[in-house]
Amino acid sequence: MAELKDLEALVSQVRRDIVRMVHAVDSGHPGGSLGCTEFLVALFNQVMEMRDTFDMDGIGEDLFFLSNGHISPVYYSVLARRGFFPLEELRTFRKINSRLQGHPATHEGLPGIRIASGSLGQGMSVALGAALAKKLNGDPHLVYSLHGDGELQEGQIWEAAMFAAGRKVDNLIATIDRNGQQIDGPTETVMPLGDVREKFEAFGWDVLSLKEGNDLQAILQTMEAAKKRTGKGKPVAVIMETVMGHGVDYMMHTHAWHGKAPNDEQLQRALAQNPETLGDY
Amino acid sequence: MKKYTDQGKQDTRSGFGAGLAELGRTNPKVVALCADLVGSLKMDEFISENPGRFFQVGIAEANMMGIAAGLTIGGYIPFTGTFANFSTGRVYDQIRQSIAYSEKNVKICASHAGITLGEDGATHQILEDIGLMKMLPGMVVINPCDYNQTRAATLAIAVHQGPVYLRFGRPKVPNFTPKDQPFEIGKALLLQEGSDVTIVATGHLVWEALVAAENLEARGVSAEVINIHTIKPLDEAALLKSVAKTGCVVTAEEHNYWGGLGESVARVLTTHLPAPQEFVATRDTFGESGTPDQLMEKYGLNNKAIEKAVLRVMEKKS
Repeated sequence: MAELKDLEALVSQVRRDIVRMVHAVDSGHPGGSLGCTEFLVALFNQVMEMRDTFDMDGIGEDLFFLSNGHISPVYYSVLARRGFFPLEELRTFRKINSRLQGHPATHEGLPGIRIASGSLGQGMSVALGAALAKKLNGDPHLVYSLHGDGELQEGQIWEAAMFAAGRKVDNLIATIDRNGQQIDGPTETVMPLGDVREKFEAFGWDVLSLKEGNDLQAILQTMEAAKKRTGKGKPVAVIMETVMGHGVDYMMHTHAWHGKAPNDEQLQRALAQNPETLGDY
Repeated sequence: MKKYTDQGKQDTRSGFGAGLAELGRTNPKVVALCADLVGSLKMDEFISENPGRFFQVGIAEANMMGIAAGLTIGGYIPFTGTFANFSTGRVYDQIRQSIAYSEKNVKICASHAGITLGEDGATHQILEDIGLMKMLPGMVVINPCDYNQTRAATLAIAVHQGPVYLRFGRPKVPNFTPKDQPFEIGKALLLQEGSDVTIVATGHLVWEALVAAENLEARGVSAEVINIHTIKPLDEAALLKSVAKTGCVVTAEEHNYWGGLGESVARVLTTHLPAPQEFVATRDTFGESGTPDQLMEKYGLNNKAIEKAVLRVMEKKS
């Protein structure tokens, strides 16, 4: 079991990776990546049970599916720092001949990735399929998925939500990153989502609220609680409130940094706020 | 050369149902999904024998494609079932990202393809699906010609590793290929040898091509008939071998001429062996309500249309 201070050190380092990666290619999505850093660090280093080696089928271990694929920088950093692939490969992000495509893909064989994502709204269906496969295989491990809140505007999400409850897929924990922002502005302006918790409950899910989605301890407690709610006939949703751009002051509380890279000066300010703890790539 | 005879009319979708039921008994990794069209897809036998390996997803095709992709993670071989229209155009992006680009071992099984769906009309008669699916990198596209071949194709795609689009139809049509003929993906079948023209046909048009060839023989025209059940990968060697002999080709398919088998054949010929070609296909149009026979007649997709196309293409031979 990881110590909290170790996870905190990892969070700081992953934030550095994120801003350095997007700065290096002057493209990518830092805002949502920074907002989900604590969650993915906790998931991959404490919450999930994983085997030492990666294979596509993932039998005998927990699985994770990233549905909002544009937050690939945080995903890649967390995977690399967990040992899925060499750390220096983060240098290749979004460059030609790289396994680290702009959005996650299986095509180049990057360990840790089991499905391509980027076109939104598809990840919950895929996670459901993987969860059904676990049941068929008699594998008691869980399937986790992460979704953006803007992504809930896609109809396929609600097809999946209906199926999950209707077919009692109770080995799935789907987390919604409720940062309230999307490319064109606040979600409640672009297309109001209303009460996300009530919507999932109305579809028949067991829903947990995570108000402090950028607090490691709160994440760990909620995800432990979520695990205990699995296996009871209902899919489990975690509505996780985060701040887009968390940890870099000028990127916080705005959609402006959804898909924009910092310039040289902005990078230095971001790095100054997130000390190097485990060595830069 | 063996002459083919109609062993009795059967629908190709029932060939799929029979193949799927057989897979249910022989391959424990095969699972099936359906979007509220179990009866139309003839999946009942598989479902009654393997209730735990069937997933009814309701009228939610996008979700079905995603779930199918996920089921491969864990080692399963999902067969999705719905009409061709809802198996392709409706869910193109789901297939593109979660199945084709992600290289998932999903078998997209599509019934009621083409205009012979009949009375339901153009909303349900897709004539663009071969084009849509063949454009996806890595996607295998198969359009078998009768009951026996559809059953055999269903068994064969379970063994193939990778995404497959299997296209079949609604009406009862002649069943004429041998019952236990092995199905080799990507391998064309030479049904009848000839020397004046090559007729390359797929799906329901293969029987029509054989009838046309017989009628042409009476007029002194020797037609070679090739059954292209796999549109992608296309058996280029078989095609080139035949056209090198006959010098011209007619392609026949129940599909728009934009994006269909005919264009695939034209690409091969223009690259390696330019030759006159005629297209028996729909011509940039939607379908309409009617009986299958009426529609095939009106849209120029029967043996008479093939015969005329043969006479046209032979005039173009120098």
